[in-house]
Amino acid sequence: MQQVMFIVISAVTLISGALVVTTRSLFRSALWLVLAFFGIAGLFVLLNAEFLAVAQILIYVGAISILIIFAIMLSRGVMDPETRRFNDQWGVVAGFTAVLLVLLVAILTRVQWPLAAGAVPADAIQRLGADFVGPYVIPFEVASVLLVAAMIGAIIIAREREN
Amino acid sequence: MVPLTWYLIVAAALFCIGTFGALARRNAVGVLMGVELMLNAVNINLVAFWRYINVGQMTGQLFAIFVITVAAAEAAVGLALIIAIYRQRRTVNVEEIDTMKG
Repeated sequence: MQQVMFIVISAVTLISGALVVTTRSLFRSALWLVLAFFGIAGLFVLLNAEFLAVAQILIYVGAISILIIFAIMLSRGVMDPETRRFNDQWGVVAGFTAVLLVLLVAILTRVQWPLAAGAVPADAIQRLGADFVGPYVIPFEVASVLLVAAMIGAIIIAREREN
Repeated sequence: MVPLTWYLIVAAALFCIGTFGALARRNAVGVLMGVELMLNAVNINLVAFWRYINVGQMTGQLFAIFVITVAAAEAAVGLALIIAIYRQRRTVNVEEIDTMKG
């Protein structure tokens, strides 16, 4: 049962991911990106990381894709549908990524991972929170500084200059 | 239970799709969408390794949350840059944005 769910969810994710990079209309590829994010949230649920799945939907589906759609709409005038999707090096890039994929799959299927199967602890989310304010408090604070810096930076960069 | 390798292969395929998008798209927003796919593929790897190798410690999920944070900051700044460039040059085509080309 879990295998079937995995195959369905990853097929949805990979197909919508492929459509994100190949669809001619940028707006449609943003919508496919939303579906890909949902598929990745589904994979997180299959991996028993429910908190991360909800965070994925909140942040990626709720915030980042809306931001991307805003950026597409604000720069829409130049995007006539007849324009080319890819730059001149797309053939080389396609070959490179195909070789990379073959290499990665060849390596991943040969490595013996030190598997340690076990049940997910019942207090996983509590442990996550305790780790954030315990051993990982410095990266946590740095991440908050990064978010503030990114927010201020984005406002300053995108601000309309009067001249 | 699904084998770990399946998750890793799906993540590798998603990473390669994202790489293709980031390198081959002409529109800067399309490049950014490719980068988002790559970061998500990394998150799948982190969570899969957490579940199959070290489920007692939350390190894998913690790192995935940090990756999500950095991705959010990257998307905000990247899209602000795209809007600023569009306002100045009336284009978001990465082939025409070549002022810094030597």
